[in-house]
Amino acid sequence: MSAPSLLDQLPGLGDQARRLHAPVRLALLALTVLVSLLLFASTPLQGRVDFVVFVVIAFALVQTGVSFALEGRRHALDRLVSLLVHLALLAAVVPLVSVLSYTVYKGLKKLDGQFLTHNLTGLGPLDTNGGEYHAIIGTLEQVLMATAIAVPLGLLVAIYITEYGKGWLAAAVRFVIDVMTGIPSIVAGLFVFAFWVIGLHRGYSGLAAAFSLTILMLPVVVRSSEEMIKLVPAELREASYALGLPKWKTILRIVLPTASAGITTGTMLAVARVTGETAPLLLTSFITPATNTSPIAGKQTAIPTFIFSQIGLGRPANYDRAWAAALTLIIIVLVLYISARLLTRRNTLTRR
Amino acid sequence: MTASTERPPPDLSGGGLGATRRVGDRVFAALTTGAGVLVLALIVAIGAFLLTKAIPAVQKDSTNFFTTKLWQPDNDPSVFGIAALVFGTLLSSIIALVVAGPIAIGIALYISDYAPRRLATPIGYLVDLLAAVPSVVYGLWGLLFLAPHSDKFQQFLSDHFGFIPLFDLGKNGVVGRSMMIASLVLAIMILPIVAAISREIFLQVPQANREAALALGATKLEMIRLAVLPYSKSGVVGALMLGLGRALGETIAVALVLSLSYSTSFHIIDANVGGNTIAANIASQYQAAEPLGQRALIASGLVLFVITFAVNALARYVVTRSGKRAAAV
Repeated sequence: MSAPSLLDQLPGLGDQARRLHAPVRLALLALTVLVSLLLFASTPLQGRVDFVVFVVIAFALVQTGVSFALEGRRHALDRLVSLLVHLALLAAVVPLVSVLSYTVYKGLKKLDGQFLTHNLTGLGPLDTNGGEYHAIIGTLEQVLMATAIAVPLGLLVAIYITEYGKGWLAAAVRFVIDVMTGIPSIVAGLFVFAFWVIGLHRGYSGLAAAFSLTILMLPVVVRSSEEMIKLVPAELREASYALGLPKWKTILRIVLPTASAGITTGTMLAVARVTGETAPLLLTSFITPATNTSPIAGKQTAIPTFIFSQIGLGRPANYDRAWAAALTLIIIVLVLYISARLLTRRNTLTRR
Repeated sequence: MTASTERPPPDLSGGGLGATRRVGDRVFAALTTGAGVLVLALIVAIGAFLLTKAIPAVQKDSTNFFTTKLWQPDNDPSVFGIAALVFGTLLSSIIALVVAGPIAIGIALYISDYAPRRLATPIGYLVDLLAAVPSVVYGLWGLLFLAPHSDKFQQFLSDHFGFIPLFDLGKNGVVGRSMMIASLVLAIMILPIVAAISREIFLQVPQANREAALALGATKLEMIRLAVLPYSKSGVVGALMLGLGRALGETIAVALVLSLSYSTSFHIIDANVGGNTIAANIASQYQAAEPLGQRALIASGLVLFVITFAVNALARYVVTRSGKRAAAV
């Protein structure tokens, strides 16, 4: 991953005495913080965020300046870019921590047994009770149905691409799968809306939502399965053929089981992705305050659409419900995501 | 070996002693090919169904669909057009890309070249977590946390950089749920995609190239400029375009954060001016839409489909040409 350590141990090509070593840089940072503290205490400058930004900019200038004087232009630039790269990482971690911690902080206020076991029927606009039971049912049913369609279909497509596909048809399928990963989720919803909901007059339903989620899941399942199937060593197949197994049995009994850990990871990531989808559900399963356990008929709220509709109502009680539901959604998605990653470790197939 | 019209390649022609086994192979081949054809049919169906619903609506539009800035399809006469929507879609996505692009490339470089070896993979997973957060949660956070907490920052921009038209707040302008905040939320959302693909591409640069540059006395930055970037330039361009494609189609976060309007203004910190995108417009308008309004929204969705299809196809082409196909994100 990083540059080889051997080179770091070599006795340096430049002048070692004039390098800016870590303790010196730490001292520079401490000095910058100290001076900034004094400035913030004695001048109109104030605010915690302002202070951090000020220190970062000041340190970048100080370090680059000192390095320029001691080590020359090349090393000064090198140090500046190294600092910027570390700041880039910080720029990703800060919003992540902010989103997660603020959701936990706000969501815990309302998230309790009552919230998980009640729906929103019979509530006035000023009521603060009610919950997301109906939305949990909706999300479970819709995501399960989507998975039940997308996984077998995706596996077949992946097998086609890797084992059978030849010529223009295979190239076209591969291209379409690539492009499908980028289809906006709202377009998938619009298609099911145009085709199923108003085209075939089936109306809003959990099944329609599952169809739109299938469109979003399919390319992810295909791509990850394809990658994994390609990693199965040729020797395994050859051994299977040598024992007289036909190709289809080799694929079902040897190739797929060998690749199963990786395929499961990919599938779980796909499930995590569609569980949080909102836009297609608005157009396909709509929103209702009541519990609808039927997966094939009638409007059905899911957790993401529950959050969206509560925000739209805009009262403090609605925001509380939205945060609590957001916390449930994040917990579900993160559990899926993290267990998928943990499963990756058990995957014995590795690239190269 | 029995005679067969579809002769498999020699290295894969396992078994095949009896006709019964061939039947299994033929059924399985037909099944998988059928699945492949189904995928092709699906993408054609998406385009076709959107088109059949869109064309009649556009024909009933009393104004030009492509240049009108208003959206009142259920009025009599029907008036709607995508000019303001396309403008807002492109503006927000481009701002998001300008903000997220350098940061994502920095993160990818950190993971490929700066991070301690043992930390690189966990940090990659951590950044990927940003992609796991649902867009509706980003919308909620952007609306109730980021927008209120960035008033001071937006005011600062207006006070000190107001001479740049982008940051001009004007006389009656207010900061808040502005185009800039919506774009920043978009930037956070596309960050993990661009970072993940760029990282894969940087990691494909042969280690020998890096070692050669370092052995010649290059600093780390010079090594990256000499060995890493030339090798991965087109792949990074592709990654940026995939991020752009994601930003163009993002719906819920924008619909929640942005104060929606049909303006085509570059005053991105003015929440009075606001803005809109194709996707956000669909999410916010369809509930109240009558049949013609629904079909008008489908027409706008078709435009979005065509734009994102083109951007993604081009991006995939660039990424594929630069080496391996990027990992599914």
